[in-house]
Amino acid sequence: MSAAATRAVALLGVLALWAAVAHGNAWLGVVNPVLLPTPVEVGRVGLELAWSGELTRHFLTSLGRVAQGFGLAALAALGLGLLVGMCVPLRLMAEPVIEFVRPIPPLAFLPMFLVWFGLGEASKVAFIGYTTFFPMFVAIAASVLRVDVVLLRAAASLGASRADLVRRVVLPAALPGIAVALRVGVGLALFVIVGAEFMGADAGLGHLIMEGRTFFNPAQIVMGALVLGLLGSLINTLLLVAERRLLRWRVAA
Amino acid sequence: MARFLSSVPELMDAGLRGTRLPRGRALALRLGAITAFLALWSLLSGAVVVLKLFNPIFMPGPWLVLGNVLDMAVRGPLWIHLAATLERVALGFGAGAALGVVLGLAAGHLASVRNVIEPVVELLRPIPPLAMLPMFIVWVGIGEVSKVGFITYATFFPIFLTTVNGVRQIDPLLLRAAQSLGARGLGLFTRVILPAALPDVLTGLRLGVALAFFVIVISEFIGAEQGLGYLINDGRNFFLVPQMLGAAVVLGLLGYAGNGLVRLLERRLTRWQHPA
Amino acid sequence: MAGGPKIRIQHIAKSFGPAGRAIPALAEIDLDVDERELVCLLGPSGCGKSTLLNIVAGFLAPTSGTVLVDGRPVSGPAPERGVVFQEYALFPWLTVSGNVEFGPLLQSRPAAERRRTVDRYLDLVGLRAHAEKFPVQLSGGMKQRVAIARALANNPAVILMDEPFGALDAQTREVLQDELSRIQRVEHKTILFVTHSIREAVYLADRVVVMTSVPGRIKQVFPIKLPEVRDRFAPEFTQYESDITRVVREEVAKVRE
Repeated sequence: MSAAATRAVALLGVLALWAAVAHGNAWLGVVNPVLLPTPVEVGRVGLELAWSGELTRHFLTSLGRVAQGFGLAALAALGLGLLVGMCVPLRLMAEPVIEFVRPIPPLAFLPMFLVWFGLGEASKVAFIGYTTFFPMFVAIAASVLRVDVVLLRAAASLGASRADLVRRVVLPAALPGIAVALRVGVGLALFVIVGAEFMGADAGLGHLIMEGRTFFNPAQIVMGALVLGLLGSLINTLLLVAERRLLRWRVAA
Repeated sequence: MARFLSSVPELMDAGLRGTRLPRGRALALRLGAITAFLALWSLLSGAVVVLKLFNPIFMPGPWLVLGNVLDMAVRGPLWIHLAATLERVALGFGAGAALGVVLGLAAGHLASVRNVIEPVVELLRPIPPLAMLPMFIVWVGIGEVSKVGFITYATFFPIFLTTVNGVRQIDPLLLRAAQSLGARGLGLFTRVILPAALPDVLTGLRLGVALAFFVIVISEFIGAEQGLGYLINDGRNFFLVPQMLGAAVVLGLLGYAGNGLVRLLERRLTRWQHPA
Repeated sequence: MAGGPKIRIQHIAKSFGPAGRAIPALAEIDLDVDERELVCLLGPSGCGKSTLLNIVAGFLAPTSGTVLVDGRPVSGPAPERGVVFQEYALFPWLTVSGNVEFGPLLQSRPAAERRRTVDRYLDLVGLRAHAEKFPVQLSGGMKQRVAIARALANNPAVILMDEPFGALDAQTREVLQDELSRIQRVEHKTILFVTHSIREAVYLADRVVVMTSVPGRIKQVFPIKLPEVRDRFAPEFTQYESDITRVVREEVAKVRE
């Protein structure tokens, strides 16, 4: 059986298990059935919200925040990462900031961002940007630093100027590391957006999930979580495909 | 002595590789760097006041933050909140680690266990653990149990996955060698598989600790009366920014310490990896 | 032909480390390499032959002395001095033809001319059929041939080779030595070649320069008076080998102490 088929079977198996446990519980009354929503109930909530357009609205809101925050952070991380990787004094200056900020969980700053930027979109975007910037910046600078000196020497003895070296050697050589950094950044963004939307938000998947708690509707929580999981998988797969295309030279067919 | 990369040879040899600094200088650089950061921060917050850029309440200088932390430390409340957070992290991480390692070892070693657990894990993995927090609250209410349970859930996955990987990546050659020396069953497990998987397991534990501190904050924002996260969020009500920043820094220090502890453990238990 | 040697190494010395505690790697080196000559630098590990090559290439600055190529002093890497590295140093993100084309591309040669150059040199090293492959798909021997083609395609004044066949197994090594010998008979480049294999040196070189152990000095120069196409088992060949071996052994014994 191919890998994809095995996956599908496993997924169905889990679904079946879930249905069995949930329905069984509803029938036996072990736990309050509301607390253990069945796949059917979750599906129903999903469809209702999709039909009313609400699901789309929340989905796009979250996606928009992630895209903007991540986009800004990625650009900054790329620019600064390249710069820092290539210039020793800049690297020495950047290190203190990173060492200081790194141990502090980004979510600890969420209320700060709410204070600074209010309860609107700006605070969420800024927060995502902040959260994803540092890990990507560090990873990109590291991949620039790891570029093999012998490649630079080879290019220089073929006549490369400094600009040539950066454009034609450093960038392509660092690209695999940059791709990984970006993928990690997106993952992180999706990870924290939920948390960011728990508080001080009135739209977004995280808000939807929190609403499920407020109105005691666990089916909505599960639905929101599943949609999030789907979004994450989708983005991750897309990125992997893009990576494989761009970096065709790594694994030759 | 600044190294500005003005020529191709310099870019090649220094700019990209970076200079290899001796131990002492590296440490000095670290400390100097943090001092520089604090100096910059102080300057900025001072500038805000002097130049009247915006309400200085939004950017207190480091001395205000430090003062707030010390004040709370001396008067007592800091320790209560710190202990509350630490307790939740310790319990949650402990449970998550225990489950993760035990199940991970089993799943890594026995295909039967793996085939049962893996689909569930694969389904739940893409879902950010934070999304499940409200579920825990619905199930168990806004108490300690939900927080600890949530941390257990969150830390379980990376620890489980790295443990499984740690077992599975063991060179089959090692196992064959051990078997040809007479190792079987439980003996093989304790004498070969466990030590060989240990580095990965410890890496997973390190990730778990980081993750535990990462997620504890958000669970303490919602429905908590104590804890560093609570302090941070509470500060929002009255714009007590020094409190918010101070608690965040303390949390960072805790996380740093936790990470350091696991690293220490790592160095002890896997001394064979770096005998130097 | 312009008067004077192609490469002129004058009083080159190199020390590493902070002043006062510097470790000398090379003592005074004086060497001339004439046009179309293939000169081998031979010596025990650590004698500084690679350091000397790096200085000629422009990757390292000497502590004192100058290197002149075509009468002009060396102050950094430049396309006049092509280099072939032991680790191949092929750009993994470019195909074989992409790699060979790299130098001409940097010099903004028109596309048609680049195409012709690439074809010519890939034919020369016998890899035309693999033009669109990526380095990761090639064997070590093939990679090094691409590296040689790449260096040649840029039409350098001299070629510097730093133990280029050192990473290859014994059979491939000899095949590539044959290849290089054949290429040299076609291209007649000026080559400075570093190796620690006496056999390789005798097979390829017009002159073999034996270096001492640290600090590196020129111990003895052996002009090799053998035909262009050499027989590794001819008595004259073996005679050169044993003569040079004797001299090198003295140096190796010194390192061991």
